[in-house]
Amino acid sequence: MSDAAAPAAVVVCAGLGKSFKADHHSFQALQDIDFQAAPGAVTALVGSDGAGKTTLLRLMAGLLKPDAGVLTVVGVDAAAAPGQIQARIGYMPQRFGLYDDLTVQENLDLYADLHGVSAAERAVKYPQLMEMTALSPFTRRLAGQLSGGMKQKLGLACTLVSTPELLLLDEPTAGVDPLSRRELWQIIRDLVRDTGLPVIVSTSYLDEADRCDHVIVLHRGKVLTQGAPASVSGVAAGRSFLVTPSGDEKPREMQARLLGDPAVIDAVPEGGRVRVVLNDPAAASALPGVAPGAVVATPAHFEDGFMTLLRAAGEPGVAPAANGPTAAVAASGLTAGTPEGRVEVQVRNLVRRFGAFTAVDNISFEVRSGEIFGLLGPNGAGKTTTFRMLCGLLSVTGGELKVGGADMRTARASGRGRLGYVAQKFSLYGLLSVRENLDFFASVYGLRGAHKRERIDWALHEFELTPYVGAPSARLAGGHKQRLAMAAALLHEPELLFLDEPTSGADPMARRDFWRRITDLSDRGVTVIITTHFMAEAEYCDRIAILDGGRILAQGAPAEIRARGAGETPTMEDAFIAIVEDSRAAESAPGAAA
Amino acid sequence: MFESVLRMIALTRKELLAILKDPRSRITLFVPPIIQCLIFGYAATFDLSNVPYAAYDQDRSAASQQLLARLDGSGVFRRIGNIDSPAAMTQAIDNGRALLVLQIAPDFERRLQAGEQADVQVVADGRNSNTAGVAMGYVSTIVATFNGDWRSGHGGATPTVQPTLRAWYNANLETRWNMIPALIGTLTMMQTVMLTALSVAREREQGTFDQLQVTPLRPAEIIVGKTVPSMLVGAVQATNVLLVAQLWFHIPFQGSFLVLYAGLVLFLLAAVGLGLFVSSVAQTMQQAMLYTFIVMMPFMLLSGLTTPISSMPQVLQDFTLINPLRYAIDIAHRVYLEGAGLDRLGPDLLPLAAIGVVALTGASWMFQRRLG
Amino acid sequence: MTAAVDKMGPRAAKLLRIWALIRKEGLQVVRDPSSFAIGIVLPLILILLYGYGVTFDVKHVPVAIVVEAPSPDAADLTSGFSLSPYFSVKAVTTLAAANELMLERKVDGIVFIREDFARQVRLSGASVQVILHGTDANRARIMQAYAQGALAQAGARAASEGGQDLGAGPVSVQSRLWFNDADDSHYYLVPGLIVLVMTLIGATLTAMVMAREWERGTLEALFVTPVRADEIMIGKLVPYFLLGLCGLGLCMLAAKFLFMVPFRGSVWVLGFTSMLYLLVTLGVGLLISTTLRSQFLASQITQLVTFLPATMLSGFIYDLRSVPAVIRVISYGVPARYFVALLQTIFLAGDVWSVILPNALMLGVMATVLLTLTRRAIRKSLE
Repeated sequence: MSDAAAPAAVVVCAGLGKSFKADHHSFQALQDIDFQAAPGAVTALVGSDGAGKTTLLRLMAGLLKPDAGVLTVVGVDAAAAPGQIQARIGYMPQRFGLYDDLTVQENLDLYADLHGVSAAERAVKYPQLMEMTALSPFTRRLAGQLSGGMKQKLGLACTLVSTPELLLLDEPTAGVDPLSRRELWQIIRDLVRDTGLPVIVSTSYLDEADRCDHVIVLHRGKVLTQGAPASVSGVAAGRSFLVTPSGDEKPREMQARLLGDPAVIDAVPEGGRVRVVLNDPAAASALPGVAPGAVVATPAHFEDGFMTLLRAAGEPGVAPAANGPTAAVAASGLTAGTPEGRVEVQVRNLVRRFGAFTAVDNISFEVRSGEIFGLLGPNGAGKTTTFRMLCGLLSVTGGELKVGGADMRTARASGRGRLGYVAQKFSLYGLLSVRENLDFFASVYGLRGAHKRERIDWALHEFELTPYVGAPSARLAGGHKQRLAMAAALLHEPELLFLDEPTSGADPMARRDFWRRITDLSDRGVTVIITTHFMAEAEYCDRIAILDGGRILAQGAPAEIRARGAGETPTMEDAFIAIVEDSRAAESAPGAAA
Repeated sequence: MFESVLRMIALTRKELLAILKDPRSRITLFVPPIIQCLIFGYAATFDLSNVPYAAYDQDRSAASQQLLARLDGSGVFRRIGNIDSPAAMTQAIDNGRALLVLQIAPDFERRLQAGEQADVQVVADGRNSNTAGVAMGYVSTIVATFNGDWRSGHGGATPTVQPTLRAWYNANLETRWNMIPALIGTLTMMQTVMLTALSVAREREQGTFDQLQVTPLRPAEIIVGKTVPSMLVGAVQATNVLLVAQLWFHIPFQGSFLVLYAGLVLFLLAAVGLGLFVSSVAQTMQQAMLYTFIVMMPFMLLSGLTTPISSMPQVLQDFTLINPLRYAIDIAHRVYLEGAGLDRLGPDLLPLAAIGVVALTGASWMFQRRLG
Repeated sequence: MTAAVDKMGPRAAKLLRIWALIRKEGLQVVRDPSSFAIGIVLPLILILLYGYGVTFDVKHVPVAIVVEAPSPDAADLTSGFSLSPYFSVKAVTTLAAANELMLERKVDGIVFIREDFARQVRLSGASVQVILHGTDANRARIMQAYAQGALAQAGARAASEGGQDLGAGPVSVQSRLWFNDADDSHYYLVPGLIVLVMTLIGATLTAMVMAREWERGTLEALFVTPVRADEIMIGKLVPYFLLGLCGLGLCMLAAKFLFMVPFRGSVWVLGFTSMLYLLVTLGVGLLISTTLRSQFLASQITQLVTFLPATMLSGFIYDLRSVPAVIRVISYGVPARYFVALLQTIFLAGDVWSVILPNALMLGVMATVLLTLTRRAIRKSLE
């Protein structure tokens, strides 16, 4: 295989470097990148935010010019003839350039025409793509009205319409629900198998990288390691364990506690237990607060290896819970998440219609103070609509809705002052600096004088934004934007936190940071309602509800939901997919509609 | 109450930062009104000078030379040459070299001496009939003085009814005195309306509008927070134009600045209200911009800036009653040139206030409705 | 299309790409009500306003006539004003009352006939004071001329009754307004209208389209296709070009059937020069949009460089031959001035090549420069 006759690599990259100038600073985005992408293989680019994944993809697409090194894509020098490359490859940027006011078919036709796809080719290609993406029922729908998952599939179809020689995908599954994610990957894998199309994909879902042929781990613009996924998992071999919490301790509480331990590289809740990666396997028996016999060795996951690599590269671990001046909320002294807690959010028979379309169909749930409540569901299930109603951004069509005892729609300013909201899309003021944004939201929430300064300092410190305090927020990297959005929502110490897909597109490190803060807030009695597409994150929640088609399909503690999945030790993702598919099957079965 | 004021101040501050932080947007907002005022102050004038004309003097007599000399010496006309054939005359007008041709018949002097009526033909380029009309008016005036002098020089009678003319507020009837105070409102309006419309549309496109609505800010506070910054920008623009009028063009200010600014505040309120209304209808920034144009065009054309309102048909005159710019121009003229006080400005101020209140109420109603 | 063409030639592929971009842009235009509003509704509004609202004709100017002591002579003079279509007369008896009317802006002028008017007329000749509201200087000047005319007539009548024959004066001016014998201000408003419509359609629509694609991120995917920068530009130009032609057509129909403006030139010259101008305004909009990449700034800049310059500096209202030299120099940079000159000539004077050629040439040069700059500004790169 690895002899001289091996087929030529699709992408050859040697000593590649790229820097950007912003204001008067030069920023080295990529440095000394060496790799080769083999034909007929799927190469994954992983790394934390700002590692340089998007820059590398854009260089390969000929959208940026390299400063140093050699980059050959499909046999063409990227610096010399980017136009030739662009004519021969397919590229799907993070925000794929679909025209919202064009229909599915029109978007597809546009890209077919731009690539000069002949009528005969189209006759073959269109049915294939339609079958692949299952978009045929929607060809006449405007792209702007598709759900997130469908948009991504359409974007993929548009890039595939030309039979490219190489496919570049920049986080194709960010913000996509598990079902659509699975479908997208099925499409990609079938494609590689049937046509031998080489694919380079960047992703922040490490389980996806695990299933690729070759993985390149980027860190701060450099290649940390590359090879088969197993070689990454292998880094943590023998160091992964599952720990069962004892007594009343919740997995997330134990995880938060263990993360602070110097012997622990990484800890995440998993299936009611906590997966830990240790510096030294010998420490397994000596973990603090862990009953003897509660620790079981387990095969290392890709994520375990990845985290070990990052830590070895000098990335600091997740900071222990800050004991900053946030405790004001905690005064109530309630035990977090206990059923005795006050009902903070009450939703009864909630309905929302848009014309003939029912987005939220008769849902009911309750969230008690200090609880973390997760709303899971495929794209278009009605999660965001529910959120907007809870926040008072949308009026309800029917049913009852009480947030902190009041209807947010008519709540007075003081009512809304108890609430923090982080929208799905970054929605702070891009032109304003980090400090100006924080200052604005602090003032609007009525903070003044020394208290305001104190809170802003806290936010800057807690979210590690101090180095960027004067930068326009639009220029921040994705992960930093998310932190700023969280910081702005927490300035006024809300008792209720609404978070709409706060972790979508965030790297594993950032997600741990994020959940450490959420766990901490919940301990202090803050009520959190959150949506996420990372099913593993549902493990952090006290209770979750799974929505589809505007209805609640299942509701309960993570363990209860997980139990509904097939297999011996079903993961949350398995359970989620099983529940949604069962419900959809029942729906489409004749006469089965309730 | 106090809390509410603080929130509005915070929003206003943020809004000003968002508008003024980008140096490109600072320049775009504050430099153009000054430049426009300078350019239009010179360009927008019917006070002709340097009108190019050609003389077709078929008489070539002392009398005809005398008449032409008066034209040349008037400071209004500039002779571009003498021509000697009808064909040359046609050519001079057709290709636009001369705005008018003065044709003096061969028997001009003879008839004058004989006490008969001598004709002078003026042929003007009617492609811009307005300017041509004004230029011909100048010729008539020059010929009238020539007549008077000729008569008195040759012992003729003087007319019995002699008008003495006086113009109030603008003794030399300079168009510029009319134009520049009017620009205070005109140059300000277009940009403030668009600024307001775009600032809301931008928040919508970028999703920050939702974020605002989740905060304790009440709808009315958001409206105020969007209104005040645009008004401040408008006030600075208006002040710049006022400064150009005073320091560069030296147009004497007759009234009180306090009164002028009182009028300006109401005018800006109405203009910003319109902008908010446009933004409550628009879905995107593109729509906000295009709708602003569509709303502004009629207001600009029917403001009395270039054409008098009283000459318009009644329907359109009635329409101008809802045009804030009409009142702004009137206030600027009356305060600036006439020195009118608040007591005389009621007919302008009350409608402006009404337009402002209606537009703002309408806009906030639309915002509420879109939530649902 | 029938035969299975597997590989099309590079030319065919290029044409297909351009066609695809045009169709895409066209669909977006059709689906956005605001594009339609600018392309069709705005021209209609402007046509109506120019047709019926905007006029420089001075008519029914309210004047107060102060007659301190009624006499046949005074009555004669008064009727001279009240019969004139230019004035609508308010009769008062004291100057104070007239002043009050003027202060309230109820009248724009005062004709003051003194008590001793009748006596003075018979003696040495009387003086009548005319006071004008000078704020609107242009109007005041026109009123002044009319008032002089009305007074001269009355004077002549009085003199002939008194036995003197004044005649009309030794030199009489016979005026002829070429190209516009009827002195109808529509004749020159219509070319101005067309300029305004074409400027607005051309620049406002395109000003947003590139900035919008930058802000929404649609360009990134478009760039990684065989498409070339010039193709993107053509794809943006053609739909708005066609929309502009619709606006032009509307204005032409209005000119012919609504305003009855004579058309002395040839249609194809008008068509050709209009297309040139449309290319210039489209170029202005696209260049702004491409270089600024921000919808907010693009729209502010566009409104600064379109509407007011096209009305104030184009020679459409204010004749550029009589403005200070500096302003004239600046006006050479305003494309609308060339188009105004062209339209006025083609409509009212005919195909005068000495006017048409240089102006059309200038528009051609401007279009070339703007589009070349735009073409350069659309680099297929994110840097």
